[in-house]
Amino acid sequence: MITRCLERPALATALVVVALIVTTWGVTWSPRSIVIFMLFQGSILLLYFARIPGLVKAALTAITLGVLMPYLGTINAYYMEIAIQVGIFVALALGLNIVVGLAGLLDLGYVAFFAVGAYSWAIFGSPQANLIFGGSHFPLGPWWFFVFLFVGVAVAAIAGILLGLPVLRLHGDYLALVTLGFGEVIRVLANNLDKPINITNGPKGITPINRPPIFFAPVLQWLGLDSNPNVVYPLYLYAIVLLIVGATVLANRRLEDSHIGRAWEAIREDQTAAQAMGIPLVRMKLLAFACGASFAGTVGVLFSAKQIFINPESFTFMESIGVLAMIILGGMGSIPGAILGAAVVTILNLQILKGLSLWLNELRNAGIVIFGYSLANLPTQLEPAKYERMVFGLILVLMMIFRPQGILPAKRRRRELGEGS
Amino acid sequence: MDFDILIGIFPQVLLDGIILGFMYALIALGYTMVYGVLEFINFAHSEIFIIGAFVGVEILLSFKSAGWLDVLPWALVLLLVLVAGMAVSGVAAVVIERTAYRPLRHAPRLIPLISAIGVSFFLQDAIRLFESLWRNSFNLVYPTMDVLNHRFELTETIDISVKSLVVIVAALLMLWGLHSLVNRTKVGKAMRAVAEDQGAASLMGINVNRMISLTFLIGGAMGGGAGVLFGVQYSLINPYTGFIPGLKAFTAAVLGGIGNIPGAMLGGLVLGLLEAFAASYLSLLTGGAFGAEYKDIFAFSILILILIFRPKGLLGEIVRERA
Repeated sequence: MITRCLERPALATALVVVALIVTTWGVTWSPRSIVIFMLFQGSILLLYFARIPGLVKAALTAITLGVLMPYLGTINAYYMEIAIQVGIFVALALGLNIVVGLAGLLDLGYVAFFAVGAYSWAIFGSPQANLIFGGSHFPLGPWWFFVFLFVGVAVAAIAGILLGLPVLRLHGDYLALVTLGFGEVIRVLANNLDKPINITNGPKGITPINRPPIFFAPVLQWLGLDSNPNVVYPLYLYAIVLLIVGATVLANRRLEDSHIGRAWEAIREDQTAAQAMGIPLVRMKLLAFACGASFAGTVGVLFSAKQIFINPESFTFMESIGVLAMIILGGMGSIPGAILGAAVVTILNLQILKGLSLWLNELRNAGIVIFGYSLANLPTQLEPAKYERMVFGLILVLMMIFRPQGILPAKRRRRELGEGS
Repeated sequence: MDFDILIGIFPQVLLDGIILGFMYALIALGYTMVYGVLEFINFAHSEIFIIGAFVGVEILLSFKSAGWLDVLPWALVLLLVLVAGMAVSGVAAVVIERTAYRPLRHAPRLIPLISAIGVSFFLQDAIRLFESLWRNSFNLVYPTMDVLNHRFELTETIDISVKSLVVIVAALLMLWGLHSLVNRTKVGKAMRAVAEDQGAASLMGINVNRMISLTFLIGGAMGGGAGVLFGVQYSLINPYTGFIPGLKAFTAAVLGGIGNIPGAMLGGLVLGLLEAFAASYLSLLTGGAFGAEYKDIFAFSILILILIFRPKGLLGEIVRERA
């Protein structure tokens, strides 16, 4: 019945609006209930699937993401954190989607570009740079953060080209292994470049990293709003994430239908045929690496500003595979797929697994007895929140076996992700 | 820089390198055999390897708590553990092939690779889950046996422990066994035929699926045996320990020429030696600026360089250009 309702614009609009209002009210009524927050997220999904006229849909999306979500974030700060993380991973997934989904180059070291962006701001936005260049000119002022959003793009794009140049001759699985090695090399470098010159401060990481300036503080005061940084920053970072995600989606959509995007897809489908049709393989593949990397770079800058502290632990192979799992779950080469995949996986990790951990802990502390087994005896090492790898692994295997095209397959349905059959 | 030190530690480093090299060679065999038959990187092989190590530690720990460790002859215990580790890992490899790879055999090349990465990640946490429930700890230490820690002094500066000798002897026996199996038996001939041309092999009455399973069984058993030896030699294991040695063993397989069994042995030895020398000499030669922590980068750089400049590897088995 619901599906039929979603087909009829008026009914669908009403249904979505009601769902949004009810779930928003639900969260204010019970701010700590994960289930209700998930219902809210479910209504966003409903909004996506409902057949609603374009303008209405855009308006509803804007209200949901621009007003309702920040409002819920003021009620429970953790929800804001989840929303920001989802945004970060959506941008990462969209970047990887270009390399893997469109160009068909399996990149297993994608997190390296994220790390490059993050470290570029972390080094110059903290006193760390003084250790490299001497003097005390650093950290750069908070305003530089906005400059570095673009510096991150450039640095990561250069890293992408540097990686791309030597590996372009490789195909398929060899390319995957080399990118994996590259990712590990970047991580090991970050871990060990605290000597002979201290560049990354090794495993101890870099802190404190400057956050973007609250340039609108006078406006807040004039409006009589709270300008306490602890309250403002989550909302502020959320706004920046939304902007970046918006820009990423726009860039992806424009790229997809441009001659570049078509060239990428041609390369993915059949490299030899693409070359025969006059597509410059080297330039196009480099461009794919650079484009994909640049998104990761700019998100990395944002990530380091959000965390205030970064160390190599945030840039492991597991993160690369996590992003890969997101686009495979959603559907390779599909923009809505990448967004959905990133949201689902991030929510699963941050919300559901963590919620399960907390719940298990409560049960353990309460010493509840089920079927004659006291839960107080549960092993303390059993922490569902730590099983991200299992989630990623299951997603990868199950999707590959049962639905390789993903939940929301790309419109221009591809026969395969790799090279010719 | 003290030249005497460089010369003085040389034999010891050589020895360490050889032990490490045999370890890599045993793991590399699993990669190379599967690649030879299916042209596919079995990414989960590093977990098959670590499963062997966990089987070994579980048996030794239960023997220890039963008080058998001091009663039974140590050689028998080690043999038992080794065989058990090989058996479980081999069976695990076959089960993985059945469930996660066989349905994808005719899919585009990257699909099974992604599935294999998924299996690898899943197994890491599955082992962790099992050990958390069973022992409430997933960082396990191999119980020591006094005999194994005895060291023979060869000269004043070089010594070798019994367990290192055990590792070398066991590795040599396993490599010899595999070599004779593949080259001297009918089954081995059938396996080589399947690797050469599946279609023609099946026309000759060879059951291709059974041979593929057998390849996984043998490759997995080699990996599991290596896992047990790894535990005996280096003691500390956790579910994530297998990843880096696995990656390096894959490097070794590529170095020797992937798909080529003697190549995997040679590649393993070369990589082990290179790594041992890098680990000991890098910091001496650079005055402490770059230490042993760069040995991982060293291995990955070799992988990248080999793949770019000589993808067919040292022994140059023909690797068809695959799209």
